[in-house]
Amino acid sequence: MHSLRRLFLFIFSTLILLALSLKIEELRVYQGAQIAIYALGISSIVLLTGYSGQVSLGNGAFMAIGAYTAALTQIHWHLPLFFTFVVGTFSAALAGAILGGGAARLSGPYLAGATLALAVGLPTLANQFTILNGETGLDYTSGTPPTWFGESFTLYKWFFWIVLVNVMLMMFFVRNITSSRYGRTWKALRGNPVAAQLSGIQVGGSKVLAFTISAGVAGLAGSLLGMIGFVGPTGFGLGLSFALVTGAVLSGVTSLAGSMLGAVVLVAIPELASVIAHRLGDTERVTSNLPGLIMSTLLILTVLFTPNGPAEQIRKHKARKQ
Amino acid sequence: MQQAINALLIGISNGFIYSLMALALVLVWRSTRVINFAQAGQAILSTYIAYEIVTRTDNFILAFIGGVLAGALVGAVVEILLMRTLFKHVSDGPVAALAPVIASLGLLGLIRSVIGMVWGNDQKPFFPPVSTNGFTFGSTTVPFSRMNLLIVLGAATVMIIFTLIFQKSNLGLALRAAAFQPEIARLAGIRVGAIRTTGWIFAGAAGAVAGILISPNDAITPYSLDSLLIFGFVAAVIGGLESLIGAVVGGLTLGIGLSFILTYIGTSLIFPATFVVLALALIIRPQGLFGSKAARNA
Amino acid sequence: MSGLTVKDLVVDHGAITAINGISFTVEPGQLAAVIGSNGAGKTTLLRTLSGLKHASSGSAQWSGEYILGKKPENLVRHGISHVSEGKSVIPELTVKENLALGGIWRKDKKDVVAVTKEVLELFPRLGERLSQRADTLSGGERQMLAIGRALISRPKLILLDEPSLGLAPLVIEQIFHTIDQLRHKLGLTIVLVEQNAMSALRIADIGIIMNLGKIVATGTATELINDPALHAAYLGY
Repeated sequence: MHSLRRLFLFIFSTLILLALSLKIEELRVYQGAQIAIYALGISSIVLLTGYSGQVSLGNGAFMAIGAYTAALTQIHWHLPLFFTFVVGTFSAALAGAILGGGAARLSGPYLAGATLALAVGLPTLANQFTILNGETGLDYTSGTPPTWFGESFTLYKWFFWIVLVNVMLMMFFVRNITSSRYGRTWKALRGNPVAAQLSGIQVGGSKVLAFTISAGVAGLAGSLLGMIGFVGPTGFGLGLSFALVTGAVLSGVTSLAGSMLGAVVLVAIPELASVIAHRLGDTERVTSNLPGLIMSTLLILTVLFTPNGPAEQIRKHKARKQ
Repeated sequence: MQQAINALLIGISNGFIYSLMALALVLVWRSTRVINFAQAGQAILSTYIAYEIVTRTDNFILAFIGGVLAGALVGAVVEILLMRTLFKHVSDGPVAALAPVIASLGLLGLIRSVIGMVWGNDQKPFFPPVSTNGFTFGSTTVPFSRMNLLIVLGAATVMIIFTLIFQKSNLGLALRAAAFQPEIARLAGIRVGAIRTTGWIFAGAAGAVAGILISPNDAITPYSLDSLLIFGFVAAVIGGLESLIGAVVGGLTLGIGLSFILTYIGTSLIFPATFVVLALALIIRPQGLFGSKAARNA
Repeated sequence: MSGLTVKDLVVDHGAITAINGISFTVEPGQLAAVIGSNGAGKTTLLRTLSGLKHASSGSAQWSGEYILGKKPENLVRHGISHVSEGKSVIPELTVKENLALGGIWRKDKKDVVAVTKEVLELFPRLGERLSQRADTLSGGERQMLAIGRALISRPKLILLDEPSLGLAPLVIEQIFHTIDQLRHKLGLTIVLVEQNAMSALRIADIGIIMNLGKIVATGTATELINDPALHAAYLGY
């Protein structure tokens, strides 16, 4: 009953957002799609870190795997768009399962280092294999919107619709799994691994499952990001992993709803940066580095002063007042 | 045969650089229990400062000294401003435990953006102080140049200095004591806070040497040491993360191993190979070649 | 005021109160044995006095100086040495290095050499093993090393936490004998935390019996040894 209500809530909000997109400026629609994708990417980290207590600095790599496999299946096998998403999701999940098998044996700093190595190393493969087409990247498209949607239904709106429906589907799945037996198991693991083990939880298997699902979620986010942008090493490098971690930390890592907040900030930063850069005289050095500067400063400040995220801090503050 | 010797020579030269980066990571890990991802940022910043000095004065020795001092200073600043504040604010929660690691990642981003603003993101040529043409013996030229010799000698010198400090001096004794058992060290009267900062200073200097020695082979960008960070991390893990000798052996092992893979299999495999080496190191010998009982699994 | 004076000391351990308002005085040159079962707050008391743990309220004075809130590395410089529980040596370092650790900060290097010689005369076994790693030593030797290291700092007050822990009875007798010898020779004030109540009281001047964070009895060691009620409840026989 409870999950049925949740299903209606998801469908209802999806419909509202779809309708809203018809009324909004083009650029904002595109940004809406970006926000939805980032929110999905961030929730892949929330699932992993916030629930199962493992850390990944390399979820950008899983997004890359999703994007590249989705693009390749479209280019070479001409799969329909939705199936390329499925392929992207599952291949990233497979990579996550393999990595998770090793990760389950590692503690924080080692896992952080290993996943960071993945985030730095994986994109370099694009230049090593001709099929991946180097820096130019791969062409991966949604196709034009169906003509019966009418003239005014632009490509950006079409992006937004595809993205939103897929993100909402996946979010619904994630939301359900976190409140399921698995979600509770992860939380128990995070809180006290020894006690969890003693109470019969298969620590290893449960951790690998979390890694697999997290990677799959990231894989879908990656496919979507590739579809609305382009599939190439620069877009899926360390910068992306870094953005996801920042977004997750800003969201407070423990709440899926919070991932929206982080996603909005991630999309807002370049906007804000371009305004500031304009005032500073729009030199190339400033414009290209200001977003990174703002993001890293924000990340450091958050970790320093509200390590469990601003949202968590406010919640605690309220709880203390009551 | 010739090919194997060439691979070995390049491997040794690269391996020494990886060792230095691994040393930097190990020094910080031992003193603060943090994997400092910002080490790549600190090192590239020092390298840019050396680059600035060398382009203005055309004096590599001066640039080297300036860069290393800058690296040491940056290390101290990061520990005092960032890490101390961080440990003061540490609280419970899923992120809190990871806070230092994430902060170091943030710092890496911050340093790179600042460098980009000051020097630009484009490639800067770092002119080598000595020839990069390989030595010639009779009719064969080996891919080992005066620059490679300088790398090996420079890195070896740093390692010898470190060994002397750690094994022979009171400062070294305090550093080791604080690394192994900070509480007992404090009870013995050692100012562990200051010792911790010293660890970061040494690490900053080691990272700077690595950056300044590797860069003349190539151009520098704000990102050009990212891969060195990964190699250094893998080398440190191979060596056991706690051990200084382990870092050196790990670096050389990785350098020579990768060099052989590059020579005989192809450049496309350098990162997958690194990752496989990391995975093997973690699975086969989780405590590292020289690690004692370091518990790395959760 | 000289000696060690603790007043109304309260120490919290997260949500639990480990020490709940205790007061006592140890005169200079006295050996005070702090007795009690697990969880009585004995170790916490020593950790607070040496600066490893923060007190919630109350005060502690040593030689007229307030010591709470000071860092352990500074208290060592004021003559307070803490030999913590579980043979407080650094296993990865050699015996020689462990001893040297106690004297790194001292300006008077001549005296460091002199006191090191004294320690090695006191514990000849350590002298034979100077270049061995501390983790190759036996339990008793480690305890000697820990006490030796503390002595290098030329302390006036030694806080000793369970020196008998995990040692064979014969070795325990030897350690207690050494402690007794030491304090008479060097005029040390000692706070000795022990579960091994009788052995501790036999060399002590005064005894402090703790239970669940409070002091339940104090008195001269002889008084406590001869109090039948205490025997049943706290002294174990």
